[in-house]
Amino acid sequence: MSAAALVERDFAVPDIRCAGCIAKLEQGLVRDKRIAAARVNFTEKRVHLSYLPDTDMPALIGAFSHLGFEAHPIGTGPDEADAEAETSRELLRAVAVSGFAMMNIMLLSVSVWSGAAGATRDLFHWLSAAIALPTVAYAGRSFFRSAWRALRHGRANMDVPISIGVVLVCAISLYETATGGQHAYFDGAVMLLFFLLCGRWLDSVMRDRARGGVTALLRNMGSGATVLGKDGRSRWVDATALEPDMVMLVAAGERLAADGVVVGGASQLDLSLLTGESAPQSVHPDERVHAGTLNLDAPIRVRVTAAGADTAIADIARLMGEAAQGKSRYVRIADRAARLYAPAVHCLALMAFAGWMVAGAGWHDSLLIAAAVLIITCPCALGLAVPAAQIVAAGALMRAGVLVKDGSALERLAEVDLAFVDKTGTLTLGRPEAIGLERFDIGVKSLILALSQASRHPLSEALTRGLRRFDVRPAEVTLIAETPGFGIEAQWAGSTVKLGRPQCSDLGDALATELSVEGKAVATIRFADRLRPDAREAIDALAREGVEAMILSGDRAEAVAPVARQLGLTAQTGMSPQDKLEAIQRQAALGRKVLMVGDGLNDGPALAAGHASIAPGSASDVGKNAADCIFLGDRVMPVVQAVRMARRTQAVVRQNFLLAIGYNAVAVPLAFMGLVTPLVAAIAMSGSSLIVVGNALRLKGAIR
Amino acid sequence: MNGLVFLIPIALGLGLLGLAAFFWSLRKGQFDDLDGAALRIFVEEEEESV
Repeated sequence: MSAAALVERDFAVPDIRCAGCIAKLEQGLVRDKRIAAARVNFTEKRVHLSYLPDTDMPALIGAFSHLGFEAHPIGTGPDEADAEAETSRELLRAVAVSGFAMMNIMLLSVSVWSGAAGATRDLFHWLSAAIALPTVAYAGRSFFRSAWRALRHGRANMDVPISIGVVLVCAISLYETATGGQHAYFDGAVMLLFFLLCGRWLDSVMRDRARGGVTALLRNMGSGATVLGKDGRSRWVDATALEPDMVMLVAAGERLAADGVVVGGASQLDLSLLTGESAPQSVHPDERVHAGTLNLDAPIRVRVTAAGADTAIADIARLMGEAAQGKSRYVRIADRAARLYAPAVHCLALMAFAGWMVAGAGWHDSLLIAAAVLIITCPCALGLAVPAAQIVAAGALMRAGVLVKDGSALERLAEVDLAFVDKTGTLTLGRPEAIGLERFDIGVKSLILALSQASRHPLSEALTRGLRRFDVRPAEVTLIAETPGFGIEAQWAGSTVKLGRPQCSDLGDALATELSVEGKAVATIRFADRLRPDAREAIDALAREGVEAMILSGDRAEAVAPVARQLGLTAQTGMSPQDKLEAIQRQAALGRKVLMVGDGLNDGPALAAGHASIAPGSASDVGKNAADCIFLGDRVMPVVQAVRMARRTQAVVRQNFLLAIGYNAVAVPLAFMGLVTPLVAAIAMSGSSLIVVGNALRLKGAIR
Repeated sequence: MNGLVFLIPIALGLGLLGLAAFFWSLRKGQFDDLDGAALRIFVEEEEESV
């Protein structure tokens, strides 16, 4: 076993919650002889494994589940270049360099301000220049690049005044230094870069963090199927490597990884993620089945007809692509501010220069004053105003169980005034729950539990989950055997007990199971998809926030009606993905800002089209990718919390803008009069930035 | 003035040292898992059989 032969791969393990989990995983996984090393990343809920190359995927996932964790492989290779995370690190390096430079220049500047003169002052200015110029060249790259790109396309963004300001200030300071002048603004230029970089870095950290959370949730990436080879042996194939005419073995409780035709076995499929339909559909050989559906009942064999991008969801993907264009036209508040701000700043500086020239101050003094105006108006506090507020808000929301993908999502979320809500999986839990368990006596319950906990069938798991609430101990049973498609059988006190498909068929299409002793039915349990526990409160709270809600469902009217009645909502039913998309576009044309809350593949285009969108953590991967925010857990209240928090964030951002403008109202006249020395600029800049960040921190406790 | 000849390089050198240490720890992945680092103190080391 040589170290070079090891394969490395990351796994998303959403259930890492405590130090115990870290110890359990890191020490437990390496007990498997095939796994050489395991390292947990708690922040991103990932485990990095090094293992022998001949270990296959189910064995690795088995090693996790043996320890009680659900794991999903991430990506396809060991070192997938993570461009976004690299940008973040790049920015952090720039922040560190500019921070270091700022502190050292400040050290020299303080001595100049406190009265150093003559040769000492010149020396200090030269030293400052030696530190500042390389720093500006290194840390300012991203600003210069972006400003250049904007100028080439004939536009002006926030980076243009920043770049011009910094370059101009450095040039003038260098001239001042060379001629033994009194003021050099190196500290101001570097400080400006430092604060602005802090703002950008916060923004990118926020995106990284949410992305980490989302990848941990994405199940599809690296999922796959057990494929039956020509030689009759089965092996695990990643979803990306599936090809037409392969035969997949789909066990009960497994999701289909590709479209296909059933070639063996019969089962029931849960289509809720694909169509919103809540009732399961029976499938038999020669019927078409689709990727993303959940096999409920018995193992089936499926011949793949289309995989990956060719699946039936490609149509949905196309719709999503079109729908998302509307969203990309949204302009972030900081950029909107910059559109007004950048020309104003340039005009002011130009006016200052012209004014002093006319007044006869000479080009040297006039330029110095113009530079002071530029640097004092440069949006130091503005650069921090938005990201600081948004990252604090996103952090608070994350603790409340909402992942926000980026800052613009928060801005759009604050503006919504109409909510379209999907039913299956969004208002409801989207998984079968046993109903009426309380009417059975304790003996029956313990018998059911004994049988159900031995199986991983979705209905058995629902039973086990339901019975746990009643403080039941499982009965002592022996010889447990599970027959796929029929049920679980065991010996109990000398008689045969069975939990499985009901014998009488008057239950129609509804999901049900039956407990029988010696062939006699003892108890029939029905299953239904229940409402989320706080659906009613959440809808009411949303209404109090001034957001009207309406159900858009792909399900039949009979299935939607009871839910709509219970929540007091109007509903549109039987809607295709196209219909949902059109409903949103109609409202958008009327000027409404629509919040789409949905989970299924069929909601994908609607989620992409909504002004803002939220998906539950249990949603399809398409849904989670398309949505702006993701809420975790069974409660829907986080949706309302997210809207409230977004509005509060927006209020703080507006306050921050006002603060920054107020600061400018004081500082600009001073700069105009030529009273802004480097000392005044330094105090004004750091002071306003601190106030803005302090104001943003108030959001930390704002969530309830 | 003579003191400055020593003091300024020392001040800059210390600053650079800090910067270098930060870059080093960044490259070694010390900031990759901040929440996990806080929890690892609770992890009991297993006696490793080497």
